[in-house]
Amino acid sequence: MSAGSHVSTIAATSASESTRYEPRVTSRGRIAHVWRGLFFAATALAIVLLGMLLWSVVGPGWNWLSWHLITAMPSRIPAQAGMNSAIWGSIWIVSISAIFAFIVGLGCAIYLEEYAPQNRWTDFIQTNISNLAGVPSIVYGLLGLVIFVDWLGMGRSVIAGALTMGLLILPVVVISSREAIRAVPLSLRQASYGLGATKWQTVRSHVLPSAFPGILTGIILSMSRAIGETAPLIVVGGASQVLFRPTSIFDPFMVMPLQIYNWTSRPQKDFEHLAAAAIIVLMVILLLFNSVAILLRQHYSKKTRW
Amino acid sequence: MASTTVPQSGSSGGPAQVPLDLSGKRNRDLSEQLVKWFLLGCSLLTVATTIGIIGILLYESFEFFRHVSIWKFLTGTTWTALSRGDQQQFGVLPLVTGTLTTAFISALISIPLGLSAAIYLSEYAGARARSILKPVLELLAGVPTIVYGFFALTYITPVLLKPWLKVGAFNGLSAGIAIGIMTLPMVASLSEDALRAVPRSLREAAYGLGATKFETSVRVVVPAAISGIIASFILAISRAVGETMIVAVAAGGSPAGQTAVSKGLFDFTQSMQTMTGFIAYTFSSDVARGSSQFYSLFGVGLLLFVMTFLMNVVSQWVARRYREVYE
Repeated sequence: MSAGSHVSTIAATSASESTRYEPRVTSRGRIAHVWRGLFFAATALAIVLLGMLLWSVVGPGWNWLSWHLITAMPSRIPAQAGMNSAIWGSIWIVSISAIFAFIVGLGCAIYLEEYAPQNRWTDFIQTNISNLAGVPSIVYGLLGLVIFVDWLGMGRSVIAGALTMGLLILPVVVISSREAIRAVPLSLRQASYGLGATKWQTVRSHVLPSAFPGILTGIILSMSRAIGETAPLIVVGGASQVLFRPTSIFDPFMVMPLQIYNWTSRPQKDFEHLAAAAIIVLMVILLLFNSVAILLRQHYSKKTRW
Repeated sequence: MASTTVPQSGSSGGPAQVPLDLSGKRNRDLSEQLVKWFLLGCSLLTVATTIGIIGILLYESFEFFRHVSIWKFLTGTTWTALSRGDQQQFGVLPLVTGTLTTAFISALISIPLGLSAAIYLSEYAGARARSILKPVLELLAGVPTIVYGFFALTYITPVLLKPWLKVGAFNGLSAGIAIGIMTLPMVASLSEDALRAVPRSLREAAYGLGATKFETSVRVVVPAAISGIIASFILAISRAVGETMIVAVAAGGSPAGQTAVSKGLFDFTQSMQTMTGFIAYTFSSDVARGSSQFYSLFGVGLLLFVMTFLMNVVSQWVARRYREVYE
């Protein structure tokens, strides 16, 4: 095809179109109107789906909610079964993994934001972290199983589960902490340097306190992720029942979502209802965590102005 | 600790000219260096995690591939890892097709709905609609996957699908739908970010030419944000491929479900095992260490890791490569 013929066809079509051009304002307006409705419907469907989801849980689970569910240990008899060991296991796992992810994740974020030179190595660390965030959670389970459970001899214990979970939420903590640190204005650092402070003094006494609300929000959100995460703990902890609450980091553990999985996969209908009740407990705890994070964000975003 | 330096000279002698000695340099330098090395160590731990993941998967699946040839693993159509002795066959294709089928079904839900929601939120919604719809999407995103699994098993299958379709109690369809609902908020929020990054002037130019709001959104704003939108699609599919609990509960990987993989590789109305579902199921039924079944888990894990890793890389590449840059 030559360039000349190409140009002439364009000219021809545009000429024929311009003679036949009709604005079709009404029909185009109608189409726009219909699509507006479709876009809205698709978005509103999310509300419907959330409603269905909640209904599917609250419906069967409501009558099984009781104090007994929270205080009793698992049992083969649905009426006597509770999730006490799972609640305590979740508390152990989530707090230890949060402490681990807080220390390492914040350290990594400070390094990348304040210390790291701009070079390929730093770029590599950054790309690596965003890739880690996309690794399926069950693969972390395989990592934890081999390294913590087997090689480091921790067995199927709280500490093995918590460290696995800590590695899993690490990228989230790093990314949110970096954002919080980046939001601290440069002038604050320069003022601190101007008074003769060293880099670490500046970071510790000025940057971190200013970035703290954002960092805390990130930690809380990552903890709520850890509370609901199941897959890596199936691999690390196994899905067998645990009838006591952990008393040390070397005890076996059960966590809430694993307990739910265990109950859901039993054929008896009663256990399904029990699972629904346990989900309600889990969701209430999650809601509490998220509300705290939202409140923190709102409280501090009003207070701090730069 | 880099504490404030203690004045030495001022306290001992008479009236010193300089009461404060600010030159505790050695001490300060040392602790500064220590802190720096500690922070660097934290960053290196993230790199070590990646090396650990890749190393473990390679190391353990090397053991597996000594017994089963890679070619047979990748092309075999029978997966009976949980059988005994000669019955054991390690053809991973049924798991792969199970994974791809559920991921595909989830994409059919999350992509159109997520993109529509993103367009609505970014182009149409007023402040009040946003203040209701955004939190709903955030809530959906925050629901633990085990809850989606429960939802798929006890609601989607019996209430939404049974009246219309001949589906088994465990099926790939309900799991796919649940994964689609789970990844919907991700597509919506990432695409919305991309749409919002398109400058206002582009929209105004389109309106100035007489385009309707729909035409502006779909023919001007969406194409301008296409890199971010496609990246969000790929990320959602990658998430669907790696999703474990929903398929473990609802697709037939659960202990109450069947262990045998159904005959039809793509039959989503019956129980279906995915790569993740197989790993979760095997561990919840206590696998013997050192058995070829145990090592097969790492072969499957390696394949899963490679698949999701490639998708994430492509997603990042698309986001960067085809991004329209505005001043």
